[in-house]
Amino acid sequence: MSFTLPEPEQALLAAQNVTMRFGGIVAVNDMSLALPKGSICGIIGPNGAGKTTMFNILSGFYTPTEGDVLYQGHSVKRLKPDQVCKLGIARTFQNIRLSSQMTVLENVMVGCHVRRHCSWWMAALGLPNYYREEREIREKARRLVEKVDLADMVNEKAGSLPYGAQRRLEIARALATEPKLLLLDEPAAGMNPQESLDLMHFIRQIRDEFGLTILLIEHDMKVVMGVCEYIWVMEYGAPIAEGEAADIQSNPEVIRAYLGDDFVKGDQE
Amino acid sequence: MQFNRNTFICLALMLAGGLFLTQADLFLSDYQLYICKLFFINAILALSLNLIYGFTGMFSLGHAGFMALGAYMAALCILPPEQKEMMWILEPIIWPFSDLFTPFWLAVILGGLVALVFAFIIAVPALRLGDDYLGIATLGFAEIIRVLLTNATPITNGSLGIKGIPDAATLVTCYVWMLITLVVISRIVYGNFGNVLRCIRDNEIAAQVMGINVFAYKVMSFCVGAFFAGVGGALLASHLSTIDPKMFNFLLTFNVLMFVVAGGLGSLSGSVIGAGIITVLLEWLRAIEEPMEFLGMEIPGIPGMRMVVFSLVLLAIILYRREGIMGSREITLAGIARFFRRFTQTAGRAGQ
Amino acid sequence: MSLEMFFQHCFNALTLGSLYALIAIGYTMVYGVLRLINFAHGDILMVGAYFVFFGTFAFGWPWGVSAIVAVAGASLLGVLVERVAYRPLREAPRISALISAIAVSFFIESLAVVVFTGQPRPVLQPDWLISEWQLGNIRVLKLTAFVPVMTAVLVAGLLYILYRTKPGLAMRAISKDIETTRLMGVRVDNIIAFTFAVGSALAAASGIMWALRYPQVHPYMGIMPGLKAFVAAVVGGIGSVQGAVIGGVILGFVEIMSIAFFPELSGYRDAFAFIILVLVLVFKPTGLLGEDLKEKI
Repeated sequence: MSFTLPEPEQALLAAQNVTMRFGGIVAVNDMSLALPKGSICGIIGPNGAGKTTMFNILSGFYTPTEGDVLYQGHSVKRLKPDQVCKLGIARTFQNIRLSSQMTVLENVMVGCHVRRHCSWWMAALGLPNYYREEREIREKARRLVEKVDLADMVNEKAGSLPYGAQRRLEIARALATEPKLLLLDEPAAGMNPQESLDLMHFIRQIRDEFGLTILLIEHDMKVVMGVCEYIWVMEYGAPIAEGEAADIQSNPEVIRAYLGDDFVKGDQE
Repeated sequence: MQFNRNTFICLALMLAGGLFLTQADLFLSDYQLYICKLFFINAILALSLNLIYGFTGMFSLGHAGFMALGAYMAALCILPPEQKEMMWILEPIIWPFSDLFTPFWLAVILGGLVALVFAFIIAVPALRLGDDYLGIATLGFAEIIRVLLTNATPITNGSLGIKGIPDAATLVTCYVWMLITLVVISRIVYGNFGNVLRCIRDNEIAAQVMGINVFAYKVMSFCVGAFFAGVGGALLASHLSTIDPKMFNFLLTFNVLMFVVAGGLGSLSGSVIGAGIITVLLEWLRAIEEPMEFLGMEIPGIPGMRMVVFSLVLLAIILYRREGIMGSREITLAGIARFFRRFTQTAGRAGQ
Repeated sequence: MSLEMFFQHCFNALTLGSLYALIAIGYTMVYGVLRLINFAHGDILMVGAYFVFFGTFAFGWPWGVSAIVAVAGASLLGVLVERVAYRPLREAPRISALISAIAVSFFIESLAVVVFTGQPRPVLQPDWLISEWQLGNIRVLKLTAFVPVMTAVLVAGLLYILYRTKPGLAMRAISKDIETTRLMGVRVDNIIAFTFAVGSALAAASGIMWALRYPQVHPYMGIMPGLKAFVAAVVGGIGSVQGAVIGGVILGFVEIMSIAFFPELSGYRDAFAFIILVLVLVFKPTGLLGEDLKEKI
C-alpha cells in the first residue's frame, strides 16, 4: 500500500514553504508538509533541527516570516494560539505544561472551556444554564480522565503525578478541546520501552476513537517507525527527506544527518 | 440558581447574620460598630484583590487608585448640591457633578463602575506585562489617579478633599455589599472559570493552547476586582465622612495586600479572616501609640509604632508562613460538618 | 524663554537626572542578579541622608567624614536587608520576595518615623557648594555642577568594578545564570551581598546629594525618588548599568523641561515618570538597552 500526499487545499493541515527567521538565525527553512485527514504523521530530526519551532508555527505562537499555513484550505498563519485551538488544533508540550497546583480533573476541565457557551457573567449571576453546563463539563472531563487511565488519581494534584501520567494527562487535556488535529511534541520522552509500546497503541486508539489526525515529533525511532504513516525529516531547519517509514529508514541522507558523514561513507566502502 | 441543601443553609446563615446585625447597636458600642463596618469594607477590598492577584496571578498594586475613584464618585453622588456649592471654595464645582444627587446604593454602584472603566483603560497597556513590572505599572497608575484627583479641582475640590459626606453606609449595608462581593467572586472562582483563571496564573502558555483568550480573561478578572475595589472605596468614603487625595496612597494598597497575604492567596475565606484579624489588630495596636503605665512606670506614647509592628508582622508572615492562615484552602459547609463529626467522634471515644 | 534660563534648566535637569541615575543603578544591579525589585532601596537612600544629617548637625563632624560614614552605614543596612529579608526567600516564588521587600520598606520608613520623628529637618549646606559661578549671563550653583561630576566619578568606579574585577565578573555571570555560576565555584551569596553593598552605597551617595540639593531630610523622602528611579531603570533597560544612567538623565530632563516649558503642568509633575513608564512598557518593554527575557516555549 503506498501513501499519497494530498494537495495542500485538500489536506487537513498544510504548510507551504514555511520559513522562520529570528534575527539572523533561520530556524525553519522552506519547510512544506501536508497531512491527510485521519493519518498519523511524524517529524523527526536531530536536536535543534527546528521541529518544535515548526510546532510553534502550526499552533499559532509564531507567525512564519515566509510561507503559509493552511488549515482545511484556509490560511491560519496570522491567528493566535487560542484562535487556532478554537478551530480544532490542539497540542502538547515537550516540557510538560500543566497547572501543577490544580487537580487532574481541574486540568482537564480547563481544556473543556473552549467549547462552552456560557460567559463568565452568567456564572456571577448563577443562571441555571450555567450550572447545567458546568455539570456537563465535569462529566466530560471525568470521561476523558478515565480514557487515559487516570481515574484513580482524579483528585490528585497534577504536579504530584509520575512523569508518564503527566504526559497522558496533557493528552487528555488536549482532547478536551475537541480537536480535529492533535500535535504531540515528543510524547514518548522519558518513557521506558514498555511505556512507549503502550503509547503507540494509545495514539492509534485515540485517532480511531476521536477521528483525529495526529502529527508528532519524536526521538524514539521505534515509536516513530511503528506508528507514523508518513515522515518528514528536518536538519538545520530544512527538510532533507520525506516518505514512508521504510523509505526513511534506508534513506542515506537521513542516516547521514543522524550518524554523520563517516558512517555513510564507511557503509558504502 | 441551584436549590440544594447547601444553598439553603448558606442563605439561612446570611439572613440570620443580617438580622443579627440589624440589632447590633443594642449591644455594641459605637467604637465596636465602627470597627465592624471597617471589617466588612476591608473584607470587600481583600476579596477583590484576591481575585486579581491570588486567583489570576496579576500582581496589582493599584488598589488604592480604584478605591479613590469609587470613593470620590460616591461622595459626589450623595452630597447634597447646596453643600457641594459651599465646599468648593478654590474653584466652583462643574456640571454635571454639581447637580448630581443619587440614593446611596446607586452611588456605590456608580463608584464601582467608574473604577471599572478606569481599570479597563489601564488594562490594555498594563496587563501585557509580567508580574513585577505589572506591579510597578499599576502602582504608577494609582499615583497618576491620585495626581489627577489633586489637580481636577472643579470636580474633586483638589487637595482640600471632601468633608461631611453623609454616613449612609450602615452596618447592614456594608454587610450586604460584602456578601454580594463574596457570592459573585466565589461563583466566578469556584467553577470552571476559576479553573481557567488559575490555569492562566500557573501557566499562561498552556492556557493559550487550551483556546483561552488569556488577555480577555485577565481584563475580566482585573475589571471585576477593580469594580469591587471601587465599591469598597465608596463605602469607605461614606464611613469615614472625609476623603482627600493623600489618603489613597500606597499605604492603603499595602494594607489590602496584607489582608490577602495574611489570609492566604487563593482562599476567599482566608481573605475575610485576614481582613478581620488585621482590622482588629490595627485598631488594637493604637494602644501602643498611647502613653501607658507599665509596672508603675509611665511610658510615653510612641507615634508611628503601630506601623513598625504592622510591617514586622507582614515580614514574619512572608518569611515563616508564606501561605498565610488558610493557604489555598476554604472553609466550606462540608468541611465544618466533617470537623464536627470528627470532633464528636473523638469526644465519644474519649468518653468511653 | 531666554537662553540663560534654558541653560539654567539644563543644569537643573542634569542634576536631577544624575540623582535618579545613581539610585536607578542600585535597582538595576539588584534586579540583574536576583530578578527582584528592591522596594527598600529608596529607604536606604533616606537612611543615608539621615546619617549625614546627624553626622554634621548632631556630632559636628566635617562633611566628608559624615558622608563616608553615611555611605558605609547605608551599605551595611543594604547587606543586612538582603540577609534578613531576601536570602531566606531565594527559592520561594519571586512575588514572595517582592512582598518581603515592600514589608522591609515600610518597616524602615515607620522605624524612621519612630526614631527620627516625622518632622522634616533642615540640612546644613556647606558654603563652597552654594556659592555660584558666573559664566557670561549664566549663573551656575556649584552644587548643580558638583552632582553630575560626582555621579560621573561614581559610575566610572562602578564600571571599573563590573568590567575589570573578579567580583564584577561574578556579578555579571550571576545575572546571566545563577545556578551555573554557583557550579563554577563562585560564592554566589557573597557576591549578592556585595551587589547590595555597592547598590546601597550609590543610593546613599544620591541621598546625601539629594539632601544637599533640597536641603531637608524626612522619613518619606526616599519613596518618590525611589519609584521614579525604578522607572528610570526600566526606561534604560533593566539589568543594564549604562541604561540606568541614560534612563535617569532622560527622566530628569523630561521632568524639569516639561515644567519649564509648561508651568501650568507643575501639579502633574509626579505623574510624568509613570506616564513615561507606561509608554516605554507598551512600545519597548525591554527598555532602551535591556535584553529580552521572554519565556521560551
